[in-house]
Amino acid sequence: MEAVKNIPTPPELKITPQAPVPPRRSRAHALFASELVRPAIKEAFLMLRPDVQWRNPVMFVVEIGSVLTLLFIIQAFLSQSVSQVPISYFIALDFWLWLTVLFANFATALAEARGRAQAQSLRKARKDTPGYRLKGKDIIEEVSSADLKPGDRVVVEAGQIIPGDGEIIEGLASVDESAITGESAPVIRESGGDRSGVTGGTRVLSDRIIVEITAATGESFLDRMIALVEGAVRQRTPNEIALSLVLTAFTLLFVIVVVPLWPMALNAEIYMASYLGMTEPLKSLGTDVPTLVALVVCLIPTTIGALLAAIGIAGMDRALQANILAKSGKAVETAGDIDVVLLDKTGTITMGNRHATDFLPVGKYTAAQLGRLAALASIADQTPEGKTIVRLHLDRGGTPADVTAPDGAQFISFSAQTRMSGIDLPDGRQIRKGAPEAIIRFVERQSGTAPAEFQPAVDAIGRQGATPLAVADGATVVGVVVLSDILKTGISERLERLRRMGVRSVMITGDNPLTAATIAKKAGVDDFVAQCTPEAKLAYIRKEQADGKLVAMIGDGTNDAPALAQADVGLAMNSGTQAAKEAGNMVDLDSNPTKLLEVVEIGKQLLMTRGALTTFSIANDVAKYFAIVPALFAGTLPWLKVMDVMHLHSPTSAILSAVIFNAVIIPLLIPIALRGVRYRPLGADALLRKNLLIWGLGGVVLPFAGIKLIDMIMVAGHLIS
Amino acid sequence: MLQLWLLPAALIVTAVLVSIPLSKYCAWIMEGQYRPLPGFGWIERKLDSGPQDWKQYTAALLIFNLLLFVWGYVVLAVQPIMPLNPRHLGMLAPTTIFNSVTSFMTNTNLQDYSGDVHFSNFSQIFFTISNQYISAAVGFCALVAMIRAFRGEQKVGNYFVDMWRVLIYMFVPAAILSGVLFMQQGMPMTFKSTIQVATLEPGAMGTDDKGVAKEQTIVFGPVAAAIPIKQIGTNGGGFFGANSAHPYENPSAWTNFITCFDMMMFPFTLVLMFGRMLRRVRHSIVIYGVMLTLMVGMIAWAIYFELKPNPGLTAHPASVTYKIPSATAKGGFRELTIPQVAGLPIDQHLGNLEGKEMRFGIVAAPTFAALTTAVTCGAVNCAHDSLNPLTGLSPMVGMWLNCVFGGKGVGMINILLFLIIGVFIAGQMVGRSPEYLGRKVGAREVKLAVIALLVHPLMILGTTGLFAATSWGTKAEFNPAAHGFSEVMYQFTSASANNGSGFEGLGDTWGFNDNPNPAPTSRQLDIAAGLVMLFSRYLPIVAPIAMAAFLGMKKEAPSGLGTMRDDSMTFYWLLLGTIVILGALMFLPVAALGPLADHWGPMPFGG
Repeated sequence: MEAVKNIPTPPELKITPQAPVPPRRSRAHALFASELVRPAIKEAFLMLRPDVQWRNPVMFVVEIGSVLTLLFIIQAFLSQSVSQVPISYFIALDFWLWLTVLFANFATALAEARGRAQAQSLRKARKDTPGYRLKGKDIIEEVSSADLKPGDRVVVEAGQIIPGDGEIIEGLASVDESAITGESAPVIRESGGDRSGVTGGTRVLSDRIIVEITAATGESFLDRMIALVEGAVRQRTPNEIALSLVLTAFTLLFVIVVVPLWPMALNAEIYMASYLGMTEPLKSLGTDVPTLVALVVCLIPTTIGALLAAIGIAGMDRALQANILAKSGKAVETAGDIDVVLLDKTGTITMGNRHATDFLPVGKYTAAQLGRLAALASIADQTPEGKTIVRLHLDRGGTPADVTAPDGAQFISFSAQTRMSGIDLPDGRQIRKGAPEAIIRFVERQSGTAPAEFQPAVDAIGRQGATPLAVADGATVVGVVVLSDILKTGISERLERLRRMGVRSVMITGDNPLTAATIAKKAGVDDFVAQCTPEAKLAYIRKEQADGKLVAMIGDGTNDAPALAQADVGLAMNSGTQAAKEAGNMVDLDSNPTKLLEVVEIGKQLLMTRGALTTFSIANDVAKYFAIVPALFAGTLPWLKVMDVMHLHSPTSAILSAVIFNAVIIPLLIPIALRGVRYRPLGADALLRKNLLIWGLGGVVLPFAGIKLIDMIMVAGHLIS
Repeated sequence: MLQLWLLPAALIVTAVLVSIPLSKYCAWIMEGQYRPLPGFGWIERKLDSGPQDWKQYTAALLIFNLLLFVWGYVVLAVQPIMPLNPRHLGMLAPTTIFNSVTSFMTNTNLQDYSGDVHFSNFSQIFFTISNQYISAAVGFCALVAMIRAFRGEQKVGNYFVDMWRVLIYMFVPAAILSGVLFMQQGMPMTFKSTIQVATLEPGAMGTDDKGVAKEQTIVFGPVAAAIPIKQIGTNGGGFFGANSAHPYENPSAWTNFITCFDMMMFPFTLVLMFGRMLRRVRHSIVIYGVMLTLMVGMIAWAIYFELKPNPGLTAHPASVTYKIPSATAKGGFRELTIPQVAGLPIDQHLGNLEGKEMRFGIVAAPTFAALTTAVTCGAVNCAHDSLNPLTGLSPMVGMWLNCVFGGKGVGMINILLFLIIGVFIAGQMVGRSPEYLGRKVGAREVKLAVIALLVHPLMILGTTGLFAATSWGTKAEFNPAAHGFSEVMYQFTSASANNGSGFEGLGDTWGFNDNPNPAPTSRQLDIAAGLVMLFSRYLPIVAPIAMAAFLGMKKEAPSGLGTMRDDSMTFYWLLLGTIVILGALMFLPVAALGPLADHWGPMPFGG
């Protein structure tokens, strides 16, 4: 703490009180909030530009079809050509075709707008803030945060905003990170160790720190993140590319199916005309270009084509809502494929510290006596273990008087040499607690001996995965305090959830194998690595990957960096070192190690949503055939009306209903695209069965009802002749 | 009523029972674990040009087929000057030769000629029989190469050794066994070309100048050598024009059973062989189950509708009036009245007897029709053109899907295309990027699968559209309207599915080059169908091998609770749904224009 006192104080006057940074509101936006919808609608029109549409082949085909139909209408107006169907039919058709394109654009624009809104709230933390740069030894100059370069050292005092990403090199402070995490409780950041990272835009609440800036302006995590969520650098993920390829192929397939229908319909027309002995040519909708365009649009996978981009953006967005900064969309997608997660024991599976859970007296002592002496020895002990000993004693009926040091008592603090701490009472009694070996040495020095049952008790505690802490009163051993790892609440359920997802959990710990095995069993992890070094961690990841598995891990320390880089999903804690954050492909702003589960679920949800909507989109086509095929040949093969199981009003209403259904389903599915299909850890087979029923079978059945409903509405509203 | 289903049930049970041990044998042979027969080891060592990677294997396959094309063309072109031609048959029209050579090279065996009229025994032996052995082995080898690629092997085997194994250890023994049974039943096996017989009815062939009744000349030859491989290799190229309806090609009910079983044998077996060679037998059983479901459905459909009277011959007791939308007519509608039609005085209580070989009866015909198209054999024992319209849908569906067991090897390859696409789309619904055989299915694999899948509808629909709208097709159809449309569409479906069965009712035979009176558009049909066969054969072989190779190169991940199981009931529904939905999306419009319009339409559309 010596160093902190030497930090030159920035001139008092220059500390301008700043308005408190409002915490980021993660889930502030309703799905169709008007401030998002209005710009999205505008954007939808702007996106009609062919060079924008070109990137989405499915919707590009729809746009071409809409233009073709428009040209057809213009030509019909100019030449006054007579068609078998009224011109209003073509206008309605074209209107809905354009609307299909606009709906698709709107879905993408809305997802982007939501991403931008998230980014906006992050950006609020990116306002220029003054920084106090250390120049030489004691000189401080005020600079704008924009002028800070990596390597600069700045002083930040209570109340000030940290001007840039960096690492604390001196001091300790409580920091309000709500601007980026939305979490209002302050966190402790200190130099050295794995909690030295600070983020620009967060506020120091107490104390004073020196921060070495590690990222230049515009390159900090926030900057990169903002760029990412805004879609400026959005790159399509491998899976998305493969899927859009399949969608393009399906588009081609349906063009192949529909184009030959024209000559086939012509064949029927020619025959029918000759059968009826007609002189003028007989026309059916089968040779009507706008109708065939409508058929193509209905059949090609417009639903998923329209929503594909939105699903990808929304996946990133959901990660962000969980306060996870993914460095790429690919990382989120990969998370869904994870087979193994490596979890650090401390902090993830167990509470950060051990708790006293039992008093095991030896010799003539009772548990209550042991408790009182242990508590007495711990009064001045500010370590979490010491505090829990006091609390356990009080919980077991100890009185506050027991834990009040008598006047004149002297506290003996822990030292690495003695490995004991305790209290010397005014009457000369020396009460000590410490490692069993240390206590034995302590009593032996005073010619005492440990009772016979002492060593077995110590061993038994070790076997249970707990740590023994021996207590001595002078030359006699009083007993052993059991210090146990306490599992985090709900961790077993979370691990069980992982297991049901098909993800194997592996506990990483520095403990000995015996202790590790006990905790692993209690928590319910599938495997553990005991006495683990960073190298062992890296080797474990490599071994799993060699078996074809994808591995995720969490890390915060610099020595985790190689493993974070090696893992397929490396989630770095925001509180961690810069090296760790650079090495991972995701950063958890909350620094909550159990976040890995959320990451995996978000990834799975992303993939599932894509699969579900694609299946739905293609299954929809079956019903459309039953509406459109009889309509196409109503003029030539009227007996095909038998196929019209929906009993639609007329051929034109059948085709319009199918086109309208095809268009309307897009905005109806936007909520699912943006929120994602709900993921339940049921195991792959049950999940597939459930989704096949909902999206596959449902996708076949729903349009029959939908098309019929639209047809009935149009008839009821006299919108169709 | 129950006995009607006896034949199809017995066939399926037999094929299933045989496929189990036979698949073990096939896997054993193709893995090269056998010890060559005495003397054969030397040949195999000579054939073995070393392990090939997928590109070399495919190149060897393609070059081998090119040589096969040249060989076939030469044999047919020199027919007039070759021995075993006592009838002095001339040369076929060049387009017919092109069509036939392509047809027998691609294992399609669409015949725009009539075997007994146009081929000498020389052509039958050195073209028909030899090509039916060889072309059938090609698809088999392609599947085996794919399996090895799926296993992650860099070298997918040696094409020539694989061909040898398939021919010598599978086709030849099976064909000899069947041939002996056929001969016992009276199938001819001779180098003679014709036989003179006195007709039962005196003077049935006319009388000569002296008033003596003429004898009938019946063509025959080494029939029992041709027919076993025609069935076992799912070729279908008949010795006689009448194919398996001819008494020499299918002498008895017993040979009809063996004939049917022969064509099912290897397609059934190869699915299980796929599972055995990949050590995923349960997975292959699921695929087998999907195929069996579809096959049972198609056979049952065909028999059910064939037992109905022919709608073209039944009465339409009342006249029907249809309102047809028309802009030129008043009120926007034109009325079309179909008058009532009296039924022909025909007893139809047995079902539709038109075009049946009465020796086999009413059930054997639709059973055969459904089987032969499902397994891409293409042999026929009745006139498909005369099937009831809805019955005719069953063979069409078999060829459209082309994976209901399908041809040896290629049927399995085709279902893998549906499977890859199904897995890619629906498989993501388990919340993982799609995997097959533990390997991630990426953009490249899906692209290749889709290319291979697109060829089929493109070839069928494109050519059908072209011929339906032009005189190329309309002049060749024997029937007008929907039925004529079916005739054209069936021809290209059969060509693209490499099936080779003919709906017939289509003027596609030019005959000998000097035929003064050929069918008017037979040249166009010859060339178009020939090209369709070529494209539909080789693209769907090369692309899937490449796909398997790329997939095999990826790292195999162990399966777990989170990975999609490929051996469960859920997967069965996934695969079945994918095939049914994709199949319907590709071919429902032509089904409506052809058989459905044919069935629901009144005379003359049903005629």
